[in-house]
Amino acid sequence: MDIYFDNGATTRAFPEVREMMDKVLEEEYGNPSSMHKKGLTAEHHLKKTREIIAKSLRVDPKEIFFTSGGTESNNLALIGTALANQRAGKHIISSTIEHASVYNPLFFLEEMGFEVTFVPVDEHGILRLDKLKEAIREDTILVSVMAVNNEIGSVMPMEEIGKLIKELNPKTLYHADCVQAYGKMKLFPRRWKVDMMSISGHKIHGPKGSGALYVRNGVKIKPILYGGNQEQGLRSGTENVPAIAGLGVAAQKIYEDHEERIAHLRRIKEYFLEKVMELPDTENHSGDAPHIASVTFLGVRSEVLLHALEDKGICVSAGSACSSNKPAVSGTLKGIGLKKEEYESTLRFTFSCYNTIEEVDFAIEELSKLLPMLRKFIRR
Amino acid sequence: MKYHCFLIKYAEIGIKGKNRYLFEDALVRQMKFALQDVGEFMIWKESGRIFVKGAEGEEFDQDEAIEALKRVFGIAAICPMIMDENKEYDHLVKTVVQYIGECYEDKHLTFKVEARRADKKFPIRSMELSAALGHELLQAYPELSVDVHHPDVMLRVEIRDQVYIYSEEIPGPGGMPVGTNGKAMLLLSGGIDSPVAGYMIAKRGVRLQATYFHAPPYTSERAKEKVVELARLVARYSGPIDLHIINFTDIQMAIYEKCPHDELTIIMRRYMMEIAEHIAKENGGLALITGESLGQVASQTIQSLAVTNEVCTLPVFRPCIGMDKQEIVDIAEKIGTFETSILPYEDCCTIFVAKHPVTKPNLNVIKKSERKLDDVIEGLLKEAYESDEVIKIR
Repeated sequence: MDIYFDNGATTRAFPEVREMMDKVLEEEYGNPSSMHKKGLTAEHHLKKTREIIAKSLRVDPKEIFFTSGGTESNNLALIGTALANQRAGKHIISSTIEHASVYNPLFFLEEMGFEVTFVPVDEHGILRLDKLKEAIREDTILVSVMAVNNEIGSVMPMEEIGKLIKELNPKTLYHADCVQAYGKMKLFPRRWKVDMMSISGHKIHGPKGSGALYVRNGVKIKPILYGGNQEQGLRSGTENVPAIAGLGVAAQKIYEDHEERIAHLRRIKEYFLEKVMELPDTENHSGDAPHIASVTFLGVRSEVLLHALEDKGICVSAGSACSSNKPAVSGTLKGIGLKKEEYESTLRFTFSCYNTIEEVDFAIEELSKLLPMLRKFIRR
Repeated sequence: MKYHCFLIKYAEIGIKGKNRYLFEDALVRQMKFALQDVGEFMIWKESGRIFVKGAEGEEFDQDEAIEALKRVFGIAAICPMIMDENKEYDHLVKTVVQYIGECYEDKHLTFKVEARRADKKFPIRSMELSAALGHELLQAYPELSVDVHHPDVMLRVEIRDQVYIYSEEIPGPGGMPVGTNGKAMLLLSGGIDSPVAGYMIAKRGVRLQATYFHAPPYTSERAKEKVVELARLVARYSGPIDLHIINFTDIQMAIYEKCPHDELTIIMRRYMMEIAEHIAKENGGLALITGESLGQVASQTIQSLAVTNEVCTLPVFRPCIGMDKQEIVDIAEKIGTFETSILPYEDCCTIFVAKHPVTKPNLNVIKKSERKLDDVIEGLLKEAYESDEVIKIR
């Protein structure tokens, strides 16, 4: 058995993505900046993907900028707008459960003299709007919030957050980290009043090294890479055409039969949770995202259970990925108030269209065998 | 300065009498191993010395070659050297002047020339040649001054089949060439101490093999990879290592289930020694090596060491025994294993460790506890031996 329940980490590429990339790598390998026909063919791939993504977000293609993925999109959004708007103020707001590619650039900006407020979440991992309201100030230039949390799958009220921000300070920019949300729900940057939105290709069965940042027309942002002024000068460097072409194929496909895909993911997730909660001493911490299940198996260290499942051919991820040593940012599981014995025993199961109910049955079967065995051997 | 070759001065092998050629051959072999990734080299012995030279037309990085040679046990010093076929005096003067000019930017130095004429066809005698070259150097660089007792620069010029010029002596690691002192089994854990222990024993000329106890799912594939990497780092000094990976989970579980918890580590250590010794003997190992340091943890008190030692018949080398942690860390940093050792993957010794393990175990008590494993242990040991996966580190 080879069961992959770690689609929050990365996904298997669609076969059509590989076919497209093969074609670009072997035949249409031109540099979009070249003046000859090969260059033009390559440029067409950029144009096509830009249109697909713009359409999926209901924005203008001119507002889509290709990057190397979620991390670069987040870095560009945060550092780029902070540098461009520092005269208006040096205060930035984010949450305590962001991804490392958000909080680490924020720590960098703190070193550069910016002030960052990390707003807490409630016990379900949802941003505390009352606390956000208190945090927004005259000199707040940016609020960065993830739409879907990567560890537990809590879904943020993006529209309400946008409304609140713009009511209190219309000049404050709003960045949405949608790396876990893109392809898993419909995104409405305009309605949410989002000024920037990060997405990544390899979470939606596209290639690694592909991603994009939506930047609303008129937003002041400075590049962080300088060179040949590709992507309207915002992101220099020869475009990663094969990856961008692959990203286009994946984005097209993921939103083509969107409702069906989401229904499939929900079916898998809910079936899994139903079955897993029938096992003794389990806790469910999952949020509302269709593909992320976060489950605590009391009395078993997550790392050990992870390797035991791996031995049965099941790939999952440990729930607690708290790598930050800053007290303000505590990792999601701590952030929602889990105790040490809980967050050290939590696994994350993330599903994709390739997963089946049979796979869930197999995993549950193995879990029900492994758990009593592993619980016998705990650290006394 | 681009050197043509290196003169290798060796350490203790000089005193080994009739066995000397064995030591020299081992040294040459180890040098070849160390240099294999740097480029293609010729290495030859000549009148009690060893020379290294880049193969014809080989482009190599001198610093890289020196770094590689600094990892070969048995080398006392590495002397970067100029080799010149042209033995004409005027040419020699020019070369020597150019050599000093390029090697020493600041000429406010004291120096001494020590010339040796092994080729008696060369017309100038050693003493005269030293004086003449010294004179030429003083003329060329007036800032230089002569000090025959404690010179900053000792310039050696040897007239042999060719002319050899060198002045720099880069210290080697000392010790004896690996392969001249038998083979021993290192218990490699993934911590800081055991790679250092392996390094220290290899330095005495001992070829290494290693055993790692893997306990899936409690220890991860990455923990195993970390140990493979550590073995690879140690092998840069010791030469090839056969790394034996033994699945230890079931034995650990059995001990956990049946024996008193505070004795878990000590009993576990006893079985590790037994297994390591078994594999060592099957593969020609003559001793065991551990990274134990007296009093560092509960299983490293005198009493604990006595109890673990009791299962072995082979000698057990514990080169870190009298060292402080910091001294071990210093060596680990020097040999480049520290960074890898501190990667945060659990090893099987720490997973089930009791809060208060016994520190003064009594052998009879431990043996009595072990009897509780009588029904299963033979089978479990057999399975452990069968699980042996050998990774050849080259």
